[in-house]
Amino acid sequence: MKTTISSLLLWLGVALLGAAAVGGIALNRGESINALWFVTAALCVYAIAYRFYAAWIAATVLCIDATRATPAERLDNGRDFMPTNRWIVFGHHFAAIAGPGPLIGPTLAAQFGYLPGTLWILFGAVLGGCVQDMVTLFFSTRRDGRSLGQMARDELGSIGGIAALIATFLIMVILIAVLGLVVVNAMKHSPWATSTVAATIPIAMLVGLYMYKLRPGRVLEGSALGVILLLLSVAGGGWIDQQAGLRELFDHPGLPLAFAVIGYGFAAAILPVWLLLAPRDYLSTFMKLGTVILLALAIVWMRPEIKMPALTQFVDGTGPIFGGALFPFVFITIACGAISGFHALIASGTTPKLLSNERDIRMIGYGGMVLESFVAIMAMIAATVLDPGVYFAINSPAGVVGKTAAEAVATISAWGFPVSVEQMNLLAQQMGEATLFARTGGAPSLAVGMASIFGSAFGQGMLAMWYHFAIMFEAVFILTTLDAGTRVGRFMLQDLLGNIWQPMGRTSWYPSVLFSSAVVVAAWGYFLYIGVIDPNGGVNILWPLFGISNQILAAIALCVATGILVKSGKLRYAWITALPLTWLVVITSAATWQKLASDDPRIGFLAAANSMAEKLAAGALPPDKAAVAPQLIFNLRLDAVLALFFVALLWLIVIDMLRVCARHLQGRRVPPLSEAPHYPTQLEEAWQRD
Amino acid sequence: MATRLNNLLRGLWRAARRISGDDGYERYLTHHAAAHPGAPALSRREWFAHQQQQKWSGIKRCC
Repeated sequence: MKTTISSLLLWLGVALLGAAAVGGIALNRGESINALWFVTAALCVYAIAYRFYAAWIAATVLCIDATRATPAERLDNGRDFMPTNRWIVFGHHFAAIAGPGPLIGPTLAAQFGYLPGTLWILFGAVLGGCVQDMVTLFFSTRRDGRSLGQMARDELGSIGGIAALIATFLIMVILIAVLGLVVVNAMKHSPWATSTVAATIPIAMLVGLYMYKLRPGRVLEGSALGVILLLLSVAGGGWIDQQAGLRELFDHPGLPLAFAVIGYGFAAAILPVWLLLAPRDYLSTFMKLGTVILLALAIVWMRPEIKMPALTQFVDGTGPIFGGALFPFVFITIACGAISGFHALIASGTTPKLLSNERDIRMIGYGGMVLESFVAIMAMIAATVLDPGVYFAINSPAGVVGKTAAEAVATISAWGFPVSVEQMNLLAQQMGEATLFARTGGAPSLAVGMASIFGSAFGQGMLAMWYHFAIMFEAVFILTTLDAGTRVGRFMLQDLLGNIWQPMGRTSWYPSVLFSSAVVVAAWGYFLYIGVIDPNGGVNILWPLFGISNQILAAIALCVATGILVKSGKLRYAWITALPLTWLVVITSAATWQKLASDDPRIGFLAAANSMAEKLAAGALPPDKAAVAPQLIFNLRLDAVLALFFVALLWLIVIDMLRVCARHLQGRRVPPLSEAPHYPTQLEEAWQRD
Repeated sequence: MATRLNNLLRGLWRAARRISGDDGYERYLTHHAAAHPGAPALSRREWFAHQQQQKWSGIKRCC
């Protein structure tokens, strides 16, 4: 009884503290607010959601059964199926789900002010993203670790399966293009950043040779060697930047860098995995975990003040970084960190094959996403500790604020966010860059934010080092995602082509490897190329498209989960997935509608295409813009078709799910539940001894 | 005191090897000996090549 009262008091305290922190963030106007309030609000919300909501879902809705043998135990083969300690599984799962997405989305969404993004990251995660990850992990665990596409086909029918497959492939293409664009914008005319990012490639190969040839399987030795070399490459890039003859070799505009990234993507996709992808992934995982921990410590240690207002005037849709009003675009811009469909691909297929007990599903599925959401909160803090004027100067494309520095600061200051050319020059000089204007994409402003937090925590003298460390860190795992994504796209394409002509399906047949890799690289390379030549920065077009496609994948996962819940006779609990699903359908449909029908050329794809076509016909475009205008017009129309296709796919699968549910409730025939039979676990004793 | 510190460090080192997969080959040998007694096991290099190939044939990293 005593423990119940003390735990009641404890959770009451957490609830009050959380409410005070969230209320403080939400109601604060005009005064600066400390970043610690964000951390407090986040930790309290997560703690309460994990302790009560997630525990209730696990016990009452899913009926987690600790006595049931998991696929890892029943199908143990010492390779992919293998019962594993839950902390290890947690580490692997988190490393797989957390990429550059939760760092970039919040940085871009900060143009609305700190409040909308922060609230969506917190509540979108605990009510949507975490639930999606957890139920997908659970359902896949009960189905021998089957993938989302297979589950969709088994539980709903072939339409669901095909929709999941197509959505996965297209989201991969858009995702890689936008990530490539982020890297290109970070390296543009920056010899330091370019040379450091370039150096990560031979370093990864060296580590690959070490782990494969020299000392096979010695992962820790190889990674330690690689991390040291990466840190040296950051310093080396600074040295190259000072050498008159050398720096020109790495000083390039966007387009050649984009072609370099495309060429690199092709090479990486056809090289053996041990040489480039696998070693770089070890490095990027270590870097990622290290940097996230360092950033959390620095924020708690330094307690920086947030300088961005709670809301800016750009909630009306006139924002410089991307066009579109608060609803629905803040929910589209922040996908990873709040709810990300991609996680369902990891939570089905990979992670369930390692689970030693169903009990661990709450910690790994729900808890893993909570941690990713916290990373997004830290990215939001890093973006909003900058002076708003500086934030907008770094992130606004030249096509919006003006080509010269004087024009840009005049425009931005006129919005009410004072900034001067001297201030930007000083900042660029401190960060070791020639200029920081128009570095659209989120990586440079995040790097400036991180550098200023790290700099004030661990010494101001190293600002340029910290900045380039942050750029290198983002580039390393963006390139890993680019490489891994191209490879997955290639496998999917080979699988598809194998149905048409059998030899194409052989993953090791070289002509098929070359052809399918080239097709995948050409697909994302096209969007990357258009993004680079677009005077409005490309991010304005590509990021919303990525957000929409990622959330449509989430909606597919939630459809599968809702269908399974209803078919298992749990209609009264189906709202746990049906509610976030409804919200996703609303925001993605609203966003697509605006992207198609808006008259504002900065929002509507078709409006932009028409306005550009009119200007081109009237001869009102300068020659450099007129030259690329036909390609941009074609691309805008293609983007409109793509967005329409995504949302049609979504509605198709939602209606299919509703049809299956309705048939089940009427007692008519539906695809049977594909749950594997119950076998009692034998592991428990052995496990407790471990 | 010294032994406790020693044990702690050993534990941390084991955890680091486990989470990074550094001890993967030893665990493979244990599994192999238990599951297929008598059958010849892969060499360290063969095992690592297999493991890398397998790891990167599905979706392993996301946004």
